[in-house]
Amino acid sequence: MYETNYHRASSVAEAASLVSGSDDGKLLSGGQTLIPTMKQRLASPSDVVDLRHIAELKGITVSGSNVKIGAGTTHAEVAQSAEINGVCPALCGLAAHIGDPHVRNMGTIGGSIANNDPAADYPAAMVALEATIHTNSRDISAADFFVGLFETALGDNEIVTAVSFDAPSRAAYQKFPNPASRYAMAGVFVARGSSGTRVGVTGAGSDGVFRASDMEAALDANFSAGSLESINVDPSAMLADMHGSAEYRANLVKVMARRAVEAAA
Amino acid sequence: MASISLTVNGRQISGEAEDRTLLVEFLRGDLGLTGTHVGCDTSQCGACVVHVDGNAVKSCTMLAAQANGADIKTIEGLAGGGELHPVQKAFHENHGLQCGFCTPGMIMAATDMINRHGASLDEATVRAELEGNICRCTGYHNIVKSILAAAAEMSGTQQAAE
Ligand SMILES: Cc1cc2nc3c(=O)[nH]c(=O)nc-3n(C[C@H](O)[C@H](O)[C@H](O)COP(=O)(O)OP(=O)(O)OC[C@H]3O[C@@H](n4cnc5c(N)ncnc54)[C@H](O)[C@@H]3O)c2cc1C
Ligand code: FES
Ligand code: FES
Repeated sequence: MYETNYHRASSVAEAASLVSGSDDGKLLSGGQTLIPTMKQRLASPSDVVDLRHIAELKGITVSGSNVKIGAGTTHAEVAQSAEINGVCPALCGLAAHIGDPHVRNMGTIGGSIANNDPAADYPAAMVALEATIHTNSRDISAADFFVGLFETALGDNEIVTAVSFDAPSRAAYQKFPNPASRYAMAGVFVARGSSGTRVGVTGAGSDGVFRASDMEAALDANFSAGSLESINVDPSAMLADMHGSAEYRANLVKVMARRAVEAAA
Repeated sequence: MASISLTVNGRQISGEAEDRTLLVEFLRGDLGLTGTHVGCDTSQCGACVVHVDGNAVKSCTMLAAQANGADIKTIEGLAGGGELHPVQKAFHENHGLQCGFCTPGMIMAATDMINRHGASLDEATVRAELEGNICRCTGYHNIVKSILAAAAEMSGTQQAAE
């Protein structure tokens, strides 16, 4: 790791001023992506601003069907949240299968969506739940937030403060994890709410997370795994790497979607 | 440089370290607590697991400065009064290790797991929760057996004490 300067912020405003006042600073949340990246010297921020001690970034509030999760909430906290489990158990299940227990104790929802790894789990849920991403300067819809591979709508030094969404009546997430890393080879989040069915796909798309609108239309007509049979997932829009070809991923997307629909039915 | 003050295994410790120093480097290099191992150094293997404020974390994936002010427990802090901790004893009795390199991380992960699940731990849960701990020797079988034995013994002890 190259040299860096560590700062601990105690409020969002302080974090914003620390990071914008630095040469080439970066926000540090759970560190489960940033620290390994710095160790590999793929990132070399002059300064890191630790968000982990900012009280206003923590916590989960559920009122009625509205769920709000602070950006600094760890995967373990979401997995174990009785409140979220009461309205959207699929999200608890998703969080419970991110990485391993030690990663879940540190990694946060804010860090995960800001990083927008094409194989990360949360982005699929955020687009399918039509979540709002709150930052220190604005609210962004999930549809606009996730821009491409590791790319988001966040401006330089903009801080994600929370995410919120209306819990759907039914939802399920199914992922086919890479056997080594546990990141998704394909992960599908299906949410069925008053405005219809939403299908978020991660791990597979060559542009990162996406909504499968043809699956949504088929499921709106008939919410059953069988109605996905006629859908073709186009391999030319899929990632291909040493872990799997585009054709393999296209098939996995369909299989995971079918399983998610069965689990949500 | 960062000034680091920590409670490590119940002892108050302070020191200086470069801001980029990893928690595992601080524990091993500065404090001489070499029980915590570095296996992969890429956040995969769990040999470096310690407890920070009661939660199992990979100490190769955290800066010492991030842990400033925290309460840390390492493998050296488990045994008390010349007696092995029940999890250590169970690994010993069930042949839960061969070369022993993964063992400190396995034991810290196991104690965390037992703290969270108690007597309700079953084999499937233990195997799922060992996702972040890699062993190149045992094939995991006896590690799982050790953890289940320790969970049974520890919940028995708790019941007896209640
Ligand atoms: C072994 C291992 C296995 C994993 N498996 C999975 C998996 O199966 N599925 C999965 O989804 N993920 C997985 N992860 C990634 C994990 O979920 C990370 O926690 C997550 O991607 C990043 O969150 P973090 O809080 O650790 O962020 P950090 O590493 O601290 O930060 C990541 C990036 O986000 C930025 N950032 C952080 N917080 C904010 C904020 N509030 N506002 C703006 N920018 C911010 C940082 O500047 C940095 O660029 C795994 C990681 C490891 C080490
Ligand atoms: S050394 Fe930390 S996870 Fe392998
Ligand atoms: S006992 Fe050798 S690595 Fe686990």
